[in-house]
Amino acid sequence: MTSQPFVPPTRFAVPGRIAVGEGTASVWQTATLTEIRRETPRAATFRFAVPDWAGHLPGQHLMLRLTARDGYVAQRHYSIASPPDDAGHIELTLDHVEGGEVSGWFHTVARPGDEVRVRGPLSGFFAWPGDRPALLLGAGSGVVPLMSMVRHHRARGLDVPLRLLVSARGPRELIYADEYGAETTPVFTRGAPEGVPVGRMSAAHVAPLLADAPPGGWEAYVCGSNGFAEHASRLLVAAGQPVDRIRIERFG
Amino acid sequence: MNVTRGFTGRPRVAGPHLPPGQYDAGDDWPVLSAEVTPELAAADWTFRIDGLVAEPRTWTWDEAHALPGSVYEGDIHCVTSWSKFGVRFGGVSLDAFLDLVRPEATATHAVAYSHTGYTANLPLADLTGGRAWIAFTYGGEPLPAEHGGPARLLVPHLYFWKSAKWIAGLRILDHDEPGFWEQNGYHARGNPWEEQRYSGD
Ligand SMILES: Cc1cc2nc3c(=O)[nH]c(=O)nc-3n(C[C@H](O)[C@H](O)[C@H](O)COP(=O)(O)OP(=O)(O)OC[C@H]3O[C@@H](n4cnc5c(N)ncnc54)[C@H](O)[C@@H]3O)c2cc1C
Repeated sequence: MTSQPFVPPTRFAVPGRIAVGEGTASVWQTATLTEIRRETPRAATFRFAVPDWAGHLPGQHLMLRLTARDGYVAQRHYSIASPPDDAGHIELTLDHVEGGEVSGWFHTVARPGDEVRVRGPLSGFFAWPGDRPALLLGAGSGVVPLMSMVRHHRARGLDVPLRLLVSARGPRELIYADEYGAETTPVFTRGAPEGVPVGRMSAAHVAPLLADAPPGGWEAYVCGSNGFAEHASRLLVAAGQPVDRIRIERFG
Repeated sequence: MNVTRGFTGRPRVAGPHLPPGQYDAGDDWPVLSAEVTPELAAADWTFRIDGLVAEPRTWTWDEAHALPGSVYEGDIHCVTSWSKFGVRFGGVSLDAFLDLVRPEATATHAVAYSHTGYTANLPLADLTGGRAWIAFTYGGEPLPAEHGGPARLLVPHLYFWKSAKWIAGLRILDHDEPGFWEQNGYHARGNPWEEQRYSGD
């Protein structure tokens, strides 16, 4: 047997973008809630102090744990909304899911000073180090990891091309509405201001971006519910984006 | 223990069925693949076992279905914390395939790979002894594409990222080689009962 590592016959769509450190993911740390900011009627941003946070890249997520008095724990994954340079702090943006165990606690009980446990950052395949042109497609809270990329791009003054297509039911449901710039095109599915079309993300949104791709093409990042991820990734494939340059983070 | 102020959580599920840190997803079956769902027709699907085996071999859809059928009824556990109880997959036991290719005495591990190029590494011992399947149906229906149809690997006693969707083959090895998630910081084995989620757990 040779020591050459096994390479599958098909080139995998989404090789890791970064080396993931051993160890940091297995250590639980205390995150202290310092601020809650409302984003939309259903979503809010939670800012935490995590003094020993190892740092992350835009696009990564963490695992968060709540513990009840009897020792019962609830654990969920959340994307990191803040850019990497926010030393010792991280921000998460959570939708209030109907009947949700963890998001319900955040939206109805949590207040500054509360402590939760986190471990991470996790996963390298959805990370964007800011090195390649990136085309970002998100819907609902799926915009969270993409916003970390937009913020990183802005904070570092990067000139690598970056475009964001973000889908929301209407302007009131658009998370981070005040923060978007020329890189972003919102798509409203249910209601929009006068003169703005209403409808699902379509080829008409995606095709022009692919026609206008930078040299070397886009690295595409798709994030949201599974329904959105299936729809958006099919739009990308139909518009000519190679499948091995489409990374998908599904929230389940 | 770090109790979270004001957190009570759902009513507790009684019984020994829930591994540590998992919750019951009920009727939900979340989809978490990282790549575009492939359009793979059953007629184009193949499954190959090679590497450290006496007789490497590739099966077509019909050839795989000609092997004795086998059913898994039980639970599945995803590393993102959901578990699903009482699921029913139909397919063929991996033992039936492995018996035909005959792994060599030095074989210890396998890399399972998908038609999309996804990979997951597994100890050979986790793939034998009636604990792993190639699954074609779920709840009596063809396995939906987003859940790995037409055929996925099923290793229900490990976290579900090991159960590679759109399974294309197994390369049998005499050493462990990290697959896709394992290179992304996930645990090499992924036993839910020991909560082996990430490397170092
Ligand atoms: C990589 C990743 C990143 C993510 N990032 C984000 C993010 O940035 N922001 C975000 O908002 N979300 C994100 N999510 C989703 C997040 O992890 C949770 O799934 C989400 O917050 C819902 O969790 P919950 O505990 O509030 O709801 P859950 O308690 O999990 O419930 C979800 C739904 O199922 C129903 N349900 C489930 N089990 C039961 C039961 N036993 N009894 C009754 N009802 C039940 C609930 O009523 C509810 O409608 C991410 C997911 C992944 C995998």
